[in-house]
Amino acid sequence: MLRYLLRRIMLIIPTFVGVTLLSFTLIHLVPGDPIEARVGERGIAPERLAQLRAEMGYDQPMWKQFLDYERQVVSGDLGLSTVTHQPVWHEFLSLFPATIELSVCAVSFAVLIGIPLGMIAALRRGTAFDFGLMGASVTGASMPIFWWGLMMILVFSVSLGWTPVSGRVSDMYFVEPWSGFMLLDCWWSDDEGACRSAASHLILPTIVLGTIPLANFARMTRSSMLEVLGEDYVRTARAKGLSDVRVNVVHALRNALIPVATVIGLSIGGLLGGAILTETIFAWPGVGHWIIESIQARDYPVLQGGTLLIAIIVIGVNLGVDVMYSVLNPRIRR
Amino acid sequence: MSGTLTTGARLGAFWRSFAENRGAVFGLLLMVVLIVVAALADVLALHSPIEQYRDHFLTPPVWEADGMWRFPLGTDDVGRDMLSRLINGARLSLMIGFSVVAAALLTGTTLGLTAAFVGGAVDTLIMRMVDVILVFPSLLLAIVVVAILGPGMFNAMLAVAVVTLPGYIRLSRASALVELNRDYVTATRAAGASTLRLMFDTVLPNCMAPLIVHATLGFSTAILDAAALGFLGLGAQPPTPEWGTMLAGALQYYQRAWWVLAFPGFAILVTVLGFNLFGDGLRDALDPKLKR
Repeated sequence: MLRYLLRRIMLIIPTFVGVTLLSFTLIHLVPGDPIEARVGERGIAPERLAQLRAEMGYDQPMWKQFLDYERQVVSGDLGLSTVTHQPVWHEFLSLFPATIELSVCAVSFAVLIGIPLGMIAALRRGTAFDFGLMGASVTGASMPIFWWGLMMILVFSVSLGWTPVSGRVSDMYFVEPWSGFMLLDCWWSDDEGACRSAASHLILPTIVLGTIPLANFARMTRSSMLEVLGEDYVRTARAKGLSDVRVNVVHALRNALIPVATVIGLSIGGLLGGAILTETIFAWPGVGHWIIESIQARDYPVLQGGTLLIAIIVIGVNLGVDVMYSVLNPRIRR
Repeated sequence: MSGTLTTGARLGAFWRSFAENRGAVFGLLLMVVLIVVAALADVLALHSPIEQYRDHFLTPPVWEADGMWRFPLGTDDVGRDMLSRLINGARLSLMIGFSVVAAALLTGTTLGLTAAFVGGAVDTLIMRMVDVILVFPSLLLAIVVVAILGPGMFNAMLAVAVVTLPGYIRLSRASALVELNRDYVTATRAAGASTLRLMFDTVLPNCMAPLIVHATLGFSTAILDAAALGFLGLGAQPPTPEWGTMLAGALQYYQRAWWVLAFPGFAILVTVLGFNLFGDGLRDALDPKLKR
């Protein structure tokens, strides 16, 4: 196990270097000289330009600039936002809890609803329920979620007035940001109204971001469950006279969930992509919203640093998923 | 004669297997309708997609109180006919889907086959590149690429093609590696065929089934991602009648004109659904192993 872990961690290093190389290259593809772009149309004296270039290392050869960049990234320095002049790293840390909160809610929603539905569909294979659920899940997986979110707002916020349109908590409440997770902070500050407000702000974004994972988990659970139900050990368990619930849940579902767990882990990357759209629609103050705003403001350090940090998180999550999978299914460890 | 007969018989068997799946037939139907609409856009659209009728701002669809037959699905905020824009959007979406898939399929297959045939350092390099691209959430990487190259439809298509490359590279490499060990490849090589000929003439045709399925499903990814970029203001620019761009332009009217929001997104959903259903059916019919 330790050996597997070490080998898996060694494999991360080239990916990490590749990721930093890509983010370095992309920023250098921005047309124009970075310093002239910052000064704008006022222009700059050639001597001062040369001085600034030397100060910022732009006069060095590319490979040297890349090594410098790599050193900075490893030491945790991602530069300053050109808009707020705050370190990119700090901004990311203050916004990331909002994204995690939304993503965790969306995944929980998808798991809690998708897995039972997929299991029932497998047990009632060929019935109207099965067909209906599979139709719904193909539709869900095809959903343009930016439109789905707007439709939800149109129905539940504008027509019915049930849920708020945007943000994390009503302006009526001030919540001390202890952890950055709004629900926890409200609970901590013992303010029932704020708790209720925060929860109602979470409902629509959770459903919107959770729709595609929900559809995928339901489909995956169904097909994995169907496969397991045909296995000998399930037939044996049934022949032993165990109750249906015991056979279906303890013997079948537990084994059927191994591939589903991997799909859940691997959906994190897509989830972060979806979070960009969801956060934009609901004005949710997370990293997705932040990155889109950085594009409009031409805030390249934020764009570069934010993207890099998200990629690093995905690398970490993938590692976690692989390790978890090797625990659940020791055959792949070799 | 016998050759055409076997081809006919194989097509028949394929169709029977495909038609068993009602969802797939429905998907095919949606696709056909869409292609016909796109092809006949000039005839079907009653108005120009960019002509502004100054005295008909935000006219509701015909079945609503103030609707009129002149604009069956209403007009948008500057008086353009929604239906005509949607019809032209179908053409645009299919064009985007086709260009992105063609570019990614061509580049990806070439890279994948090269990795499989050359092996060694080239293989490692290509596959590391794939790993790196896969680490980024695909929409995020597409957003970054467009943010850097500048917004616009061509750059959006390019970005989506780049982020969908890994799938084609992995698939073609994996199937080529399997085929490379087969006797017919060894025989062709022994007969003196060049590497290029081996790659594209001998091995590639036998790797096509998974690639075709992936490309069909790639259509829906391409259309969806390009629309998302359009929605974020990074894709096609107004007044282009691209569905995602139309949605972005309609955002501020969500309280008084539901139709400018509802229709473009619904068109995206139906299109993506059609390609997904068709692709799923194609996979089941082409790859009997996956079928229970």
